[in-house]
Amino acid sequence: MTLYVEGDPVADTKAPDGPIETRWDRHRFESKLVNPANRRKRTIIVVGTGLAGGAAAATLGEAGYHVKSYCYQDSPRRAHSIAAQGGINAAKNYRNDGDSIQRLFYDTVKGGDFRSRESNVYRLAQVSVEIIDQCVAQGVPFAREYGGLLDNRSFGGAQVSRTFYARGQTGQQLLLGAYQALERQVAAGTVEMHARHEMLDLIVVDGRARGIVVRDLVTGEIATDFADAVVLASGGYGNVFFLSTNAKGCNVTATWRAHRKGALFANPCFTQIHPTCIPQSGDHQSKLTLMSESLRNDGRVWVPKEKGDPRKPGDIPEGERDYYLERIYPSFGNLVPRDIASRAAKNVCDEGRGVGPGGLGVYLDFADAIERLGKDAVSAKYGNLFEMYERITGEDPNEVPMRIYPAVHYTMGGLWVDYDLQSTIPGLFVTGEANFSDHGANRLGASALMQGLADGYFVLPNTISGYLAENSKLEPVGADHPAAVEARFAVERRVARLLNIDGDRTVDSFHRELGRIMWDYCGMERTDEGLRKAIELIRGLRDEFWRRVKVPGSADDLNQALEKAGRVADFFELAELMCVDALHRTESCGGHFRGESQTPEGEALRDDENFSYVAAWEWSGSEAPPVLHKEELNFEYVHLSQRSYK
Amino acid sequence: MNLTLRIWRQTGPADKGRMVKYRVEDVSPDMSFLEMLDMLNERLTLDGDEPVAFDHDCREGICGMCSLMINGAAHGPERATTTCQLHMRHFADGDTIDIEPWRARAFPVVKDLVVDRTAFDKIIQAGGYISAATGTAPDAHAAPVPKADADAAFEAATCIGCGACVAACPNGSGMLFTAAKVTHLGLLPQGQPERRERVLNMVEAHDDAGFGGCTNTGECTAVCPKGIPLTAIGQLNRDFLKASTTSAR
Ligand SMILES: Cc1cc2nc3c(=O)[nH]c(=O)nc-3n(C[C@H](O)[C@H](O)[C@H](O)COP(=O)(O)OP(=O)(O)OC[C@H]3O[C@@H](n4cnc5c(N)ncnc54)[C@H](O)[C@@H]3O)c2cc1C
Ligand code: FES
Repeated sequence: MTLYVEGDPVADTKAPDGPIETRWDRHRFESKLVNPANRRKRTIIVVGTGLAGGAAAATLGEAGYHVKSYCYQDSPRRAHSIAAQGGINAAKNYRNDGDSIQRLFYDTVKGGDFRSRESNVYRLAQVSVEIIDQCVAQGVPFAREYGGLLDNRSFGGAQVSRTFYARGQTGQQLLLGAYQALERQVAAGTVEMHARHEMLDLIVVDGRARGIVVRDLVTGEIATDFADAVVLASGGYGNVFFLSTNAKGCNVTATWRAHRKGALFANPCFTQIHPTCIPQSGDHQSKLTLMSESLRNDGRVWVPKEKGDPRKPGDIPEGERDYYLERIYPSFGNLVPRDIASRAAKNVCDEGRGVGPGGLGVYLDFADAIERLGKDAVSAKYGNLFEMYERITGEDPNEVPMRIYPAVHYTMGGLWVDYDLQSTIPGLFVTGEANFSDHGANRLGASALMQGLADGYFVLPNTISGYLAENSKLEPVGADHPAAVEARFAVERRVARLLNIDGDRTVDSFHRELGRIMWDYCGMERTDEGLRKAIELIRGLRDEFWRRVKVPGSADDLNQALEKAGRVADFFELAELMCVDALHRTESCGGHFRGESQTPEGEALRDDENFSYVAAWEWSGSEAPPVLHKEELNFEYVHLSQRSYK
Repeated sequence: MNLTLRIWRQTGPADKGRMVKYRVEDVSPDMSFLEMLDMLNERLTLDGDEPVAFDHDCREGICGMCSLMINGAAHGPERATTTCQLHMRHFADGDTIDIEPWRARAFPVVKDLVVDRTAFDKIIQAGGYISAATGTAPDAHAAPVPKADADAAFEAATCIGCGACVAACPNGSGMLFTAAKVTHLGLLPQGQPERRERVLNMVEAHDDAGFGGCTNTGECTAVCPKGIPLTAIGQLNRDFLKASTTSAR
């Protein structure tokens, strides 16, 4: 079977050149502006109210544009960004520990295993500094030192302390800052808020994104809405795995529907698996809970040396424990990057040395830290995390080592965008986790919040006005435009089809099974054979879904099963593309580990000769194979090197 | 374990609604409360009944989307715990559990256990922010904030906007929610310029949205999953008094 065909390369035509430090400034200077008096006549739809969407909608409203903001929750304040715990990076160098824009840029390119664009990452590092200023001005209560200045910590193995945080609730505080700015604009009349609405399709007119089809989740009404430009800030697609640390509603629908309308989807297989999550406790499990990475600063990871050791952890003597991270990576020890820690945990569990239900867990032990620092000091640092763990598992980490296991956490892939964050459909912009841009094959801790806010507050508001200025005379489009009618009909037909199948399996049962396939074959380790098998299984399951799914209730009111069914249907298509992407990339890089491409010591082996590109996929219908467009990556400032944490 | 559930079913705002009894079997003590409801919904679906609608999203106690009165207590029997973080090990085999939506004038029922909490957004629109347009901020270190103030502001800012305070209050008051925001912003130097107008406008929006007045019963703080203290309301009252006597309005 032909899994894909290769098309023409894709180029970032907006990419600026010249010295990297001046690129963003020059680009902004060269882009056109919209006269303030004309802004209220220009309309922008923003789908999503997380950091990326909320910040963008607020900023565009402040600038005087007419913004229409959408989210599926009952309030914009509940977007999944709220759940981020650890912190946000910025190259402020407040610690005077040698940090700089240059260093953050370098760390991000290297951390992404050389699969991101230098220009974008440099801009991200530059803008990071302004984000902190902005958030403090809004009243975000970051942690402070006794002198009243902002505190920083080192995060995710970084050698400098550049992470700003608000206890274990950084995402919440940043999101509330953006949400409050957004509500201020709602009050000012520049932003129209549409909560409990789900975007189900994109409306493209004359090759440009001009609107969306939405379903009112309370009344079930399917309607169309129009604008001069559309922004998708709809978050990541980790829920394709069913079990992940994402909120239950996180989905790929908005970006997938845009993909089907012509937007290229880049690097879909780049997934981040976080090493420290609470393991699954049974088949009823509906989501996985992250335990902050900071725990690895003091906790020691181990498993018994013996396979299937039935003893309680406390009964296993020191000499019969394997502190495998310290053993394999003596210089980084328990602080190796996420992808490495995750894979090492999987390996010891595959050997039969895992602990807890099903042998899918490893210990994260604080006994040494408690002995060294005292129980009070450990609780001052990690008390709330220990409580959260105890609430879920019923075990106290002060007494028994925590059990942790890797879980899907973040998706680096997303819609392909150029330097302006514009997709391959003119007028369609994509920000935050929904785009593919800045993290390459692996995202560093505390960098997603940075990217979401960089996109939302600083990058998009500049680039989108350039687009609007250049397209000052767009024809008005209304609900009766043939493209709008056709898109709305298609959505109505699909909703009706899902309800009419009336089969004998629930949506969740399909989603769980799909997730299992993805986890087994497109998770922490991928192989040619496994991925081919996964594609077969996904296709079979998808056919079965469309024959046997049972969606109760009606289309005319709040119907949560129907919402889930639509999302799962899109996950099936995405899942297949993820496997094709993973199959075609025969190298290992960052979070993408191909069993066939490893060093003799079992570490990821990149193949820069053949894979130093972004894989941007074009949809060509459900019956035809997707088309691969490559965007070559060039490294002028950071030299390609193999990561080593030994 | 096996349980009897009595769940509020209401097809929509126009329906009167009623309690309906269900049996659930083989509930694992490791399940979360919402996973137990998922299990019920799976069965209802296969039996051809409509599943029970309830709000939830993050399932880790931070988004504020989940709700539920469980045996008459907002978010159930555990202190400082949202419904999504509540686990079945806190119940016993054979228990009967009553599950109802938040009930308050300002939070009309949408369907079954789902209510409309947009009234909270209206309170924030009235002034729950600091006006700092993007790009106009001075350096973050320009105004140091004493650690004690920053920590106290953070404590108030941890409110997740779930509405348990309103559901627990005999008056259906949203004063704890409003006070948490007034306190958070009022403790920071950045929040001073708008402090007086903020409290007046937010309290007015609170009253207009149909929330009841506060009579200091303290039920709100007892159920608050983030433990927002009653002293926040004291702070709001002081700010309100000061603002009403000195405001230009
Ligand atoms: C548990 C956890 C902890 C994390 N901790 C950190 C951390 O410490 N530091 C860090 O940097 N990153 C962290 N991350 C990652 C980071 O939180 C996310 O990547 C980031 O917040 C995503 O922001 P976003 O604005 O792109 O999307 P989101 O916040 O996910 O927002 C998506 C928005 O889109 C809306 N939406 C989605 N689909 C539709 C649709 N079809 N129609 C209408 N609306 C739709 C939603 O309603 C929502 O408003 C963490 C992630 C998790 C899961
Ligand atoms: S579901 Fe988010 S707080 Fe309960």
